[in-house]
Amino acid sequence: MAAQAETPATAEVTSASVLDARAEIEGERESRVGMTQQALDLLAKLRVLHGELMFHQSGGCCDGSSPMCFPTGDFKTGDADVLLGTFELPATDDLPAAELPFWMSREQFEYWKHTHLTLDVVDGRGSGFSVEAPEGKRFLIRSRLINSP
Amino acid sequence: MSVYANPGTDGAVVSFKSRYEHYIGGQWVAPVKGQYFENPTPVTGQTFCEVGRGTAEDIEAALDAAHAAAPAWGKTPVAERAGIIQKIADRMEENLEMLAVAETWDNGKAVRETLNADIPLAIDHFRYFASAIRAQEGSLSQLDEDTVAYHYHEPLGVVGQIIPWNFPILMAVWKLAPALAAGNAIVLKPAEQTPASILVLAELIGDLLPAGVLNIVNGFGLEAGKPLASNKRIRKIAFTGETTTGRLIMQYASENIIPITLELGGKSPNIFFEDVMAQDDAYWDKAQEGFTMFALNQGEVCTCPSRALIQESIADPFLEAVVARAKAIKQGNPLDTDTMMGAQASNDQFEKIKSYLDIGRQEGAEVLLGGEPVDLGGELSGGFYIQPTIFKGDNSMRIFQEEIFGPVVSVATFKDYDDAMHIANDTLYGLGAGVWSRNGNTWYRAGREIQAGRVWVNNYHAYPAHSAFGGYKSSGIGRENHLMMLDHYQQTKNLLVSYSENKQGFF
Repeated sequence: MAAQAETPATAEVTSASVLDARAEIEGERESRVGMTQQALDLLAKLRVLHGELMFHQSGGCCDGSSPMCFPTGDFKTGDADVLLGTFELPATDDLPAAELPFWMSREQFEYWKHTHLTLDVVDGRGSGFSVEAPEGKRFLIRSRLINSP
Repeated sequence: MSVYANPGTDGAVVSFKSRYEHYIGGQWVAPVKGQYFENPTPVTGQTFCEVGRGTAEDIEAALDAAHAAAPAWGKTPVAERAGIIQKIADRMEENLEMLAVAETWDNGKAVRETLNADIPLAIDHFRYFASAIRAQEGSLSQLDEDTVAYHYHEPLGVVGQIIPWNFPILMAVWKLAPALAAGNAIVLKPAEQTPASILVLAELIGDLLPAGVLNIVNGFGLEAGKPLASNKRIRKIAFTGETTTGRLIMQYASENIIPITLELGGKSPNIFFEDVMAQDDAYWDKAQEGFTMFALNQGEVCTCPSRALIQESIADPFLEAVVARAKAIKQGNPLDTDTMMGAQASNDQFEKIKSYLDIGRQEGAEVLLGGEPVDLGGELSGGFYIQPTIFKGDNSMRIFQEEIFGPVVSVATFKDYDDAMHIANDTLYGLGAGVWSRNGNTWYRAGREIQAGRVWVNNYHAYPAHSAFGGYKSSGIGRENHLMMLDHYQQTKNLLVSYSENKQGFF
């Protein structure tokens, strides 16, 4: 286990979380998901366009491993999914405060559960049916080990 | 060595239009809302054309055209349909270089791959399905002396297809060829990252097909993909992409009660048993190439052999050899025929790969090679280039469990056969796998035990038509690349015929 000390060349991974999701998994108190200021700003814009929103973390081919953002209820979650956390989005000039759930499939969570996720934004050309694509942006997950700072 | 001129410059074999509209009903049609989006080449990061930003209105127009064309196309004699598909293949072959360079410019991949794999495979795929449909027969079953069940193949009608960006033309053709051969009309939505090369293909072959049989609407997933996938006027939807969108497409299909085919990727194990190094010969050389296949198409392949499992007893000398092999990968201008690895397809993909290079290190994986983005200088500085990267770690790390879709392989060792099978199958996915051994009993047992739809034995990354391709587990539903895909584009009509004059006797 050598690599912890090596600073990755990808400096932007230090993108700081400004909002932590409320823990939702039974027996857990620490937040598993945060978001950067850029993500928070983009979500405020997207809520005006699309109403209340949700995330489902994808896996697999192409745009896999991207967090997908949908209007609430567009993507049906069920027993096969885990609610990782709920963001309490603050009110803005245009919008009241709102909740935004972050989901992942249960089987995928088994392989991801040792990592904390930070929702960030990069320039991009979208992914799947996620609502940010037409804005020339794409949500991106940055990860750290759950017991590391 | 030769370097193709950038499209649109002096001596170029292809020029893109500055703006592309939708291809609907055999015509170029402006988007109803009049909006376009910019399409950059990943080679330099510079925008080279604008493409129509489709919306539900455009999808409806494409569906109108498809529905107008479908009945006659479905009734066109099979020999005539097959002949048209053969002509499409012939014309592509006559323009192979042009299509290859267009594909490289849109996607970023090295031109030696588009010249020798993407486009030749696409051509052969049309020829294969043109042949397969000619050879297809219905069936009849004589149930008793006077009762016969006849089974006919019928086209579904109008189908929707959503195409990924990693092989924009080839993946489109994997879906187009069986659908056209089976007599369907199509509304196709390319990936927003690579919307242009398929339109170059449409320009080239459009006149061969009756108007409305093939319709192409570009746009974003939310604005164009969703109105297509959720539409009541399609009889089937085919999608290649990731799992969340795959589930969403299944949800839409459940609302309309239509069939789907899905190819959702994998995390393919490539397993090397100790006897691969038993001799220093051509086979050992081939096995090293087999390992290095993780870099094919910059790793942007659903079946990228991104988990290499190496028997412990040979791990050190094996890794020494393959690290040297991967180090020799030549990165550079994708339009240079000597370049082995080109650009990642988009900035967002580039950023995602970097995020995995980071988590791999955090989890304690050892970097044996690469691990960084590359600046190739000059006009390529704006492009999206990553070094071929070899991590060594264990299968519980996220770099072993998620499809990075970059030139990144994660290496783990195994003790014996059982350990290899346990690690190989410890994944959510089951699309591809590789098994390397000189012992037929070993590779046979392993090939049968691995939970994946395609197991390459003593080879990797071959995609010949007539070899079924598709996933187990979360990797999807359906088998492409084989005539069994015709079933996914056809209805079965059963005529149950009584030749008896006598009543059944119930009433």
